[in-house]
Amino acid sequence: MRAPILFLLLISLANGGFAQDVKKEIEKYQQMVADSSPVELFELQGEILWAKRQGPNNASLEQCDLGLGAGVLKGAYAQLPRWFKDADRVMDLEARLLHCMGTLQGRSREEASKRVFGNEDQPSEMEYLSAFVASQSRGAAMAPGQAHAKERAAYALGQKLFFFRAGPWDFSCASCHGEEGKRIRMQELPVLSSPAAARPVVATWPAYRVSNSQFKTMQWRINDCFRQMRMPEPAYTSDLTIAIATYLTVNGKGEPYRGPGTKR
Amino acid sequence: MKRALKLGIAALLAACGSMPAVEHHFASEADLLEIQAVLKRDLRVRGSATLARLDADAVQQACNLNGNAPPEPLVKTLEAQQMAAINFPAGSLIGDWKRGESIAQSGRGMQWNDGPKDVAGGSCYNCHQLAPQEASYGTLGPSLLGFGKLRGNSAETQKYAYGRIYNSKAYNLCSQMPRLGHSGTLDEQQIKDLVALLLDPDSPVNK
Ligand code: HEC
Ligand code: HEC
Repeated sequence: MRAPILFLLLISLANGGFAQDVKKEIEKYQQMVADSSPVELFELQGEILWAKRQGPNNASLEQCDLGLGAGVLKGAYAQLPRWFKDADRVMDLEARLLHCMGTLQGRSREEASKRVFGNEDQPSEMEYLSAFVASQSRGAAMAPGQAHAKERAAYALGQKLFFFRAGPWDFSCASCHGEEGKRIRMQELPVLSSPAAARPVVATWPAYRVSNSQFKTMQWRINDCFRQMRMPEPAYTSDLTIAIATYLTVNGKGEPYRGPGTKR
Repeated sequence: MKRALKLGIAALLAACGSMPAVEHHFASEADLLEIQAVLKRDLRVRGSATLARLDADAVQQACNLNGNAPPEPLVKTLEAQQMAAINFPAGSLIGDWKRGESIAQSGRGMQWNDGPKDVAGGSCYNCHQLAPQEASYGTLGPSLLGFGKLRGNSAETQKYAYGRIYNSKAYNLCSQMPRLGHSGTLDEQQIKDLVALLLDPDSPVNK
């Protein structure tokens, strides 16, 4: 997949010649990659894993209740995060998948979450599954739960966390995502507290990242921003991460889902 | 109620035009306690990133409680304390701008994936334009292109540049620029090399 694209890039660079053309060529290359994005392959692999019998119960995830009833995939991702009665907790997609791996497949949380963030050579089961489940919400308006008290509490906590400055470099999320039109290097920084900027963001995660040829989930995105903030690492699918995901998704609500996206 | 009012005032001020439209958030003491508890519960030590990093100092506390705009007397007191804690070395503060350039380029330092042997950088290009040859620069901070040409390199200017890098909060309490010396990220020689990048007439920043 990657080799021919790199080859094309080299050819176009050789033809283009001069240094000032490089940026344009890279943009062209990124467009080319976006056009032939491998997102679909991740969706297909995820569909296979969804139906695969695994774990002590030798069961698939097909009966997983993502919020709209057991086994209902259509539009389910667009209504996450939401409160689940059986767990009495607000859950995002990844938390819910972990839950179903436990209840349906009989897998321990430890085993199921041992390797949630993959790499270029070996994406993770969670990444494949997220691609598949999210793809089943294309066209549905993002409508995370805000009716239950715990859903509203998650939003309120997420908002406080977003503006809270801490750590050796005094960063909050808003330090980088708080002002219109700012960049880190060449990367534009969406003002995630504003609906206008949050909408296209939440409508396109999870996403394939061209810069490192990896498919990434929202849990990873939040995790990596904590790393950049020089903070300790958030526990996977902890209430902290779900509060932040809830805050971001509610800010972006109403936008028709059009992911999994392709990012820089 | 009080918080809603303050948020409203911040929004009004922002709407008035002179200030950029930045949403400020005024946390209460109770909010800060809640957040600290959640962070202590849900964050995990990784590499050099320990939970001790969550202990807020007086500057963070004041900025969090006041939407990054604490009352003037408190600002003055805390800025003076931050200033007093800067270790200004004696003599010239101008090091080697070439080394300064690579420190400015590097985004390493204090992240959980930085190894103990990785030399930290200042992430300066993440937020600032500096040498004109580097087209990939961020805009969270002002452009520093031509900084020394504009300000000269008098002892006073050297001291300002050194102090800014060492502890930006001594000059602007709720500055979004990290306290790179104060936090132990950069050492004295590295900061001098960065001062050279900013002020040396031979530095590409001033060409
Ligand atoms: C030090 C700067 C910095 C801080 C602080 C920071 N981020 Fe980010 N964030 C970035 C950068 C840079 C990118 C873009 C990365 C890229 O393009 O590869 C980004 C991207 C994102 C995105 C994806 C945006 C998109 O267009 O798809 C989300 C969501 C996000 N950050 C959330 C957060 C949250 C939540 C926090 C606080 C927990 C946070 N960030 C703190 C620098 C930061
Ligand atoms: C996270 C973003 C960020 C990083 C990283 C950063 N700065 Fe800044 N810097 C700022 C902001 C924002 C200001 C604007 C003033 C303020 O808010 O205090 C600033 C102000 C300055 C000033 C004062 C400018 C003036 O006109 O007086 C200097 C000098 C400076 N930075 C140098 C540096 C150097 C050198 C580095 C690397 C060691 C660096 N900065 C890293 C954000 C940053």
